Amino acid sequence: MSTVDKGLDYTSSEMMTVTAARALENGMTCFVGIGLPSEAANLARLTHAPDVVLIYESGTLQTKPDVLPLSIGDGELAETALTTVAVPEMFRYWLQGGKIDVGFLGTAQIDRYCNLNTTLIGYYREPKVRLPGGGGAPEIATNAGEVFITLKHSKRAFVDRVDFVTTLGFGRDGKGRDGVPNIGKGPTRVITDLCVMKPDPETKELVVVSLHPGVSREDVIEATGWEIRFAETLESTPEPSARELEVLRELKDRTARAHAGA
Amino acid sequence: MAEFLSLRDAVARYVEDGATVAMEGFTHLIPFAAGHEIIRQKKRDLTLIRMTPDLVYDQMIGAGCARKVIFSWGGNPGVGSLHRLRDAVEKGWPHKVEILEHSHAAMACAFEAGAAGLPLAVLRGYVGSELPSVNDQIKFIECPFTGERLAAVPAVRPDVSIVHAQKADRAGNVLVEGIVGVQKEAVLAAKHSIVTVEEIVDDLRTEADYHPNACIIPGWAISAIAVAEKGSLPSYAHGYYPRNNAFYKEWDGIARDRDTFTRWIEENVMNAGGNA
Repeated sequence: MSTVDKGLDYTSSEMMTVTAARALENGMTCFVGIGLPSEAANLARLTHAPDVVLIYESGTLQTKPDVLPLSIGDGELAETALTTVAVPEMFRYWLQGGKIDVGFLGTAQIDRYCNLNTTLIGYYREPKVRLPGGGGAPEIATNAGEVFITLKHSKRAFVDRVDFVTTLGFGRDGKGRDGVPNIGKGPTRVITDLCVMKPDPETKELVVVSLHPGVSREDVIEATGWEIRFAETLESTPEPSARELEVLRELKDRTARAHAGA
Repeated sequence: MAEFLSLRDAVARYVEDGATVAMEGFTHLIPFAAGHEIIRQKKRDLTLIRMTPDLVYDQMIGAGCARKVIFSWGGNPGVGSLHRLRDAVEKGWPHKVEILEHSHAAMACAFEAGAAGLPLAVLRGYVGSELPSVNDQIKFIECPFTGERLAAVPAVRPDVSIVHAQKADRAGNVLVEGIVGVQKEAVLAAKHSIVTVEEIVDDLRTEADYHPNACIIPGWAISAIAVAEKGSLPSYAHGYYPRNNAFYKEWDGIARDRDTFTRWIEENVMNAGGNA
């Protein structure tokens, strides 16, 4: 949708990816989910964070793919990795062992306490829609130092109550991490195509802290399935730079060519 | 000691109706040729274990081979749903299939525990997840040393595991390169194992690219080896051929519809000869 009326032309999806990329700091170790997180993490690596360490659950450690992988285990990931380890080692030593700063996840549904549902819509024994399931997310979300989440903003995704807690945010009551030993901080920011949200430090309920250019409070309220709260001082998310857009578009073009040619 | 068999004979001998079968390969080296042979031989009531069912189990489920599926991520990677898995779970076509789902971490640990001969795997997992409420194979135990609450899942001990690899030598030793997933664990955890390979070489240790830390499964730990060239397409074999990403996208259209799917299986599996 929106191109913005002044300055650079970019889409709301590009705004989301660039903002998600900026969340990653140079030198962080990041356990990367496939799709939007992978796009953002590689954009970060190709722009401001050349030394970000990207790790995929297929066992590819410190990988630098030239094109975005379609699957979590594309050959591109192994060919450009420092090393490739077995999947049990990946989860046990590197993730559970506490070597990951940030887990970067997408989701189908999310609630106000950042609980994620990637299992199903409806009831478990009689699902309306069966989704892929947990994959790496349940342990990434609890064993990584912190978690970034990125997804498109819609009422279907941002729901008052997730149909199933596949992956812990802060639990149904916001207290799901209280008193649990050896657990990461959990979600620290959610980046969508409309805004950036962070959990309230006390209640853990998501609060909008920054609106993307051209997006109104009403846009966010309209796309959220609960009464979404806004921070007292609401920031405006900085626009993408020309360089970020150029690198992102080249990355996506290379990817499209590679996947079409297979 | 590994015996060299045709894929047909290996499947006929080791995959019995009702067996628990693990076919591994994490996106890479998925044993499609073996899956197709199982479909051709009309094996039934299998308990199918795989971290990512992928297209290979979507095909086997749609073809009626599965009674139960144990998995941790059941999608078409980067594309969407596995429509045959969904149709079986949501609508019971071609018949009802029971599912038991885990997280990747738990399944990886369960394979490792199977290889290690332990009855269970222990992990810091499933904290706050509702998966334990729908899977009675997930329990929690207390660490006897620290008191920490940890998740426990039973070890994976398949009747037969099937994996694909780059090459075997004449002694039956198998080289797995690239993303190695849980293939080695799957083979070591199983009562019997079939390894399909791209090619047979004389001796792995005299190969130009041999490395002392290479992932090698010794021949004496494998039941049967069968040559299946391009045996993991549309998945890939590192060093041999790339993943057919375009087919993974096409599969969405093929598998969405029961008739289209059935025709595809007839043309590309049932009537396609030995190694398709």
